[in-house]
Amino acid sequence: MLLKKLTEAIGVSGGEHEVRSVIVKEITDKVDHMYIDKIGNIIAYKKGNKNPNKRVMLSAHMDEVGLIVVNIEDSGLIKFKSVGGIDPRVLLSKIVYIGENFISGVIGTKAIHLQEIEERKKALKIKDLYIDIGTSNKEETENLINIGDYIAFNSKYIEFGNNLIKAKALDDRVGCAILIEMLDKEYDFSLYTIFTVQEEVGLRGAKVAAFHVNPDIALVVEGTTCSDVPGTESHEYATRLGEGPAISIMDAASYSDKDIAKTLYQIGIDNNIPVQYKKTTFGGNDSGAIHLTKEGIRTGAISIPCRYIHSPSSVMNKNDYYNCIKIINLFLEKIEGEDFHGFHG
Amino acid sequence: MLIENILEKLSNVSGVSGSEIKASSLIDEIFKKTCDKVKIDALGNIIALKSGNNRTNNRKIMIAAHMDEIGLMVKNIDKSGFLQFINVGGIDERTLLAQEVIVHGKNDIFGIIGAKPPHLQKKEEQNKSTRMEDLYIDIGLSEKDARKQISIGDFITINRSFTYLKGKSVSGKALDNRAGIAAIIQCMKELKYIKHYLDVYFVATVQEEVGLRGATTSSFNIIPDIGIAIDVGHGRTPDLAKEDTIELGKGPAIALGANIHPKIYKRLVDIAKEYNIPYQIEVNPSSSGTDAWAIQVTQSGVPTGLLSIPLRYMHTSVELANINDIKLTGRLLALFIASINDTDLEEWLCY
Repeated sequence: MLLKKLTEAIGVSGGEHEVRSVIVKEITDKVDHMYIDKIGNIIAYKKGNKNPNKRVMLSAHMDEVGLIVVNIEDSGLIKFKSVGGIDPRVLLSKIVYIGENFISGVIGTKAIHLQEIEERKKALKIKDLYIDIGTSNKEETENLINIGDYIAFNSKYIEFGNNLIKAKALDDRVGCAILIEMLDKEYDFSLYTIFTVQEEVGLRGAKVAAFHVNPDIALVVEGTTCSDVPGTESHEYATRLGEGPAISIMDAASYSDKDIAKTLYQIGIDNNIPVQYKKTTFGGNDSGAIHLTKEGIRTGAISIPCRYIHSPSSVMNKNDYYNCIKIINLFLEKIEGEDFHGFHG
Repeated sequence: MLIENILEKLSNVSGVSGSEIKASSLIDEIFKKTCDKVKIDALGNIIALKSGNNRTNNRKIMIAAHMDEIGLMVKNIDKSGFLQFINVGGIDERTLLAQEVIVHGKNDIFGIIGAKPPHLQKKEEQNKSTRMEDLYIDIGLSEKDARKQISIGDFITINRSFTYLKGKSVSGKALDNRAGIAAIIQCMKELKYIKHYLDVYFVATVQEEVGLRGATTSSFNIIPDIGIAIDVGHGRTPDLAKEDTIELGKGPAIALGANIHPKIYKRLVDIAKEYNIPYQIEVNPSSSGTDAWAIQVTQSGVPTGLLSIPLRYMHTSVELANINDIKLTGRLLALFIASINDTDLEEWLCY
């Protein structure tokens, strides 16, 4: 399955080569033109049948949060820092892959028997942690690992429960998968799909790709936080798993174009497709960079709810995935006849 | 089969204290290949006899390693189908977040350990470690479907695949003390080619992590002349004191202290020296916290020894050991057993 391939590929921000080649392989036969820009974004183009000058851009980022090697200790242990936002508490007792040869290492911690009572209560910080690859000194590690090597979670794609998926990097390989599926259809307008780099470290890929494409309308497809879990009040639920894709109204980086947001939501309601609004203004996504491109671009965002996002074990519901595809399909059909600049859904 | 491949199977199989059946079936099968008689007692200990080569001797040595592992247990199923849980044995709560688990219900059910997302936590909460009462298991089922599969009291293990690291290092869950079981299996292999007069009782004990219970009943049953426990010892990392730890890849640690008969300690050291087996010394000032403690005070008392296999990150799901240490532990044990062939035990062990 597409999502399995995409989530098990590695692509920490700035080191997206593996996931990029997986995506390139998937889309080569589906697009009219494709190229990789100067910072590593994939820009794929499908020419419109009737109005090729009208440009719609779908965007998903292919990078994932991860870690990077910053020092090799005399003991052979590896010190690291995070790339993108990671709660250090999810790192304890995990297995990771390091560098281009995917060398396995473990993030171990002091045995509970040897901890003081106070230590047990304190959250460890990244500076307290290290990775052990089984070597016994600096030289042995240096033969295998370089400073600056990217480190990714070792986490398999697993289906479980009632229609759920557990994987790493669902943020935003789920968006990449949806974009790839959207390339199966023909449209009147030209469709650009961009798979961006470096979203997790500051929306950098999208800024450059959007400038290049300069679309009339942009839609960001994301994996977003989902907090419908114990310990959280229901009014704090940003999204709910299994209740449809979430439409953004605003977040810390942008307002969605009102017409786009309203239209996406209404398509769900009118067609009995589960849909929800994202109920937090926390965080941001590539819309933040895209909507500020050139004179400004009308941009919306639709997201798949993901529990435990930015951890080795993020969780999504397959129904949300299929319903998201349905809504985007209907949205693209609906705007086919529209004059984008006067577009009012 | 190579000992690392045996250890891989042992590490991956589940066997939380009190529910060792899956681990026990695997170990039973392996023990049967080399031992003359294998039985399982009332608590679930596996007791395997490898008879001595001199039938007139009738002396008994017990070699014990516990097969149980720490884990979790289902405490509650909430109205949204999330599971609350408690620990079985000394779990470090800090290592549980974002772990994959298997809930051993009617079927094995996959789940993820979750907590409230960081952006909804207050500042001061973010500096605190995650506590078990704030964690839950997400199995992706409604309460109704969850209850069909899972009951209160079901055991839970971390879903972790054994991993081969660089050098002779390996990592996995339950290496405490499946590494000890692997060392016992190595000892059995070595004894095939070494003449030994003692009857050797190899025991895979249950419920060590919750109170040395399996060793208590199995040693009562055997009443050995000598008892040796094989367990793991804290492996050295730079954040730990040297005096609290032993080094990986430097051979088994021979324990010493009140729990250990001094003559057994000395003989183990002498054998290691004689056969050039690298070894370390581990001082246990009072209790060793291992099956050796239960064995020592069985019936009228048993002279006891303890070998520790160095293990980093003990009681986490990424415990890390060195295969050579495990092999050397098995070899030292076998040579020790053979060294007692003509020894007058009463004289030797007399204080």
